[in-house]
Amino acid sequence: MAGSPNNNAHKPRWLLAELTYACPLQCPYCSNPVDYSQYPTELSTEDWKRVLTEARKMGAVQLGLSGGEPLARTDLAEIVRHARDLGYYSNLITSGYGLTEERIIELKEAGLDHIQVSIQASTQELNDHIAGTKSYSHKQDVARLVKKHGYPMVLCVVIHRQNIHQMADILKMASELGADYLELANTQYYGWAHKNRDLLLPSREQFEAAEKIAQDYKETVKGKMKIYYVVPDYYEDRPKACMNGWGTTFLTVAPDGVALPCHSARELPGLDCPNVTDFSVDEIWNESKAFNFFRGDEWMKEPCRSCSEKDQDFGGCRCQAYLLTGDMYNTDPVCSKSPNKHLVQEAIDQAMASAEKTVEVPLVFRNTKNSKKIT
Amino acid sequence: MALNPDSLLAFSPMHRLQWEEAQQKDVILYPEGMVELNQSSAEILKLCDGSRTLDKIVTDLETKFQATGLKNDITQFLEVALNNGWITEQ
Repeated sequence: MAGSPNNNAHKPRWLLAELTYACPLQCPYCSNPVDYSQYPTELSTEDWKRVLTEARKMGAVQLGLSGGEPLARTDLAEIVRHARDLGYYSNLITSGYGLTEERIIELKEAGLDHIQVSIQASTQELNDHIAGTKSYSHKQDVARLVKKHGYPMVLCVVIHRQNIHQMADILKMASELGADYLELANTQYYGWAHKNRDLLLPSREQFEAAEKIAQDYKETVKGKMKIYYVVPDYYEDRPKACMNGWGTTFLTVAPDGVALPCHSARELPGLDCPNVTDFSVDEIWNESKAFNFFRGDEWMKEPCRSCSEKDQDFGGCRCQAYLLTGDMYNTDPVCSKSPNKHLVQEAIDQAMASAEKTVEVPLVFRNTKNSKKIT
Repeated sequence: MALNPDSLLAFSPMHRLQWEEAQQKDVILYPEGMVELNQSSAEILKLCDGSRTLDKIVTDLETKFQATGLKNDITQFLEVALNNGWITEQ
């Protein structure tokens, strides 16, 4: 074990409950693990309620209900009601697919605080292509219904090379739909996105042009719509402060009950991530090997170990270090101080070379057939 | 944005103000975010219930805490709150 069990003051504040890996969409940048088809079991309603209760007792207050597509769980309203009784602020993170007005009302009555709807692009053709499912007009209807029933409406658009040219239209669409918040999430290259990186990564010029449009628009809609801009870290000089530091704030529980310090941590070797059916949330948070693994800075190698910024970014993202360098203890290679920074440039060059090919390799859509093929 | 002294101030229905036992403080909750409040900020926001103007909030707090001269601090904080969308003017 790299870290050591500790009694630090950090307690979970955010609980991400990935209720299911089932999803009617097939987005090729999905953050679910590529081998998700190997974990078909799902926690029972009672297990989820107990996890919520235990995490709330420790201080968790923001609850993300995610997946897969969380609407696929027929007990969603029951889980929401339990969350409300405990005092969580609950966020439903959904594709909107299959969300009827009846269900929106049912969830409101159960105490759901907010609905985040994802839209893949500003045009039907591209949206339906990326989602792998006809869903564009339905999603727009859902966004309007979410507003109609008094929820704060967050529209989430994942940005990548296939839709980045639509930035101006995406902003306009969000504004017309009356979004209170627009999350422009540049793709983070884990899971399926890592698999499809050559087809998804935009060029620096594309990203800078799109960012300028988004930043300018922020001023236009000030006071009406808040824009969250998630930066594409391949083009940054410093890594993100991933998860606000390992085991300090975030707790993810996967559909089968595996507890993760971040939703990608399942990809890391040797963590032995514990399952909520075997241990209490308190035991998992405070005592498990996985949650103590990268706590503090004793695990760090150079250049992180002696870096004056190590308390700001915690060495960046462990999953990125692992995916790009093969060693999860390395400095996140996004950092310009990393001796592996060239690997990020090589990934960019490779993606740009792929963009210039006349015949592109097809996207690998996120579905069970492909998941089984890959693993 | 400056406050209109005639408006009734209400806490935004798009946010939630709540006491957090684990943190021993009041917090504002909104989509995927949280603001931790100090005690005086929380006391001010709790009076934004749609029945009071700025002056009334000042008077009530000065009475409650047996203090005077709170108007500037309260106005400043409420302008921040308005610009963040935590309160609305009615």
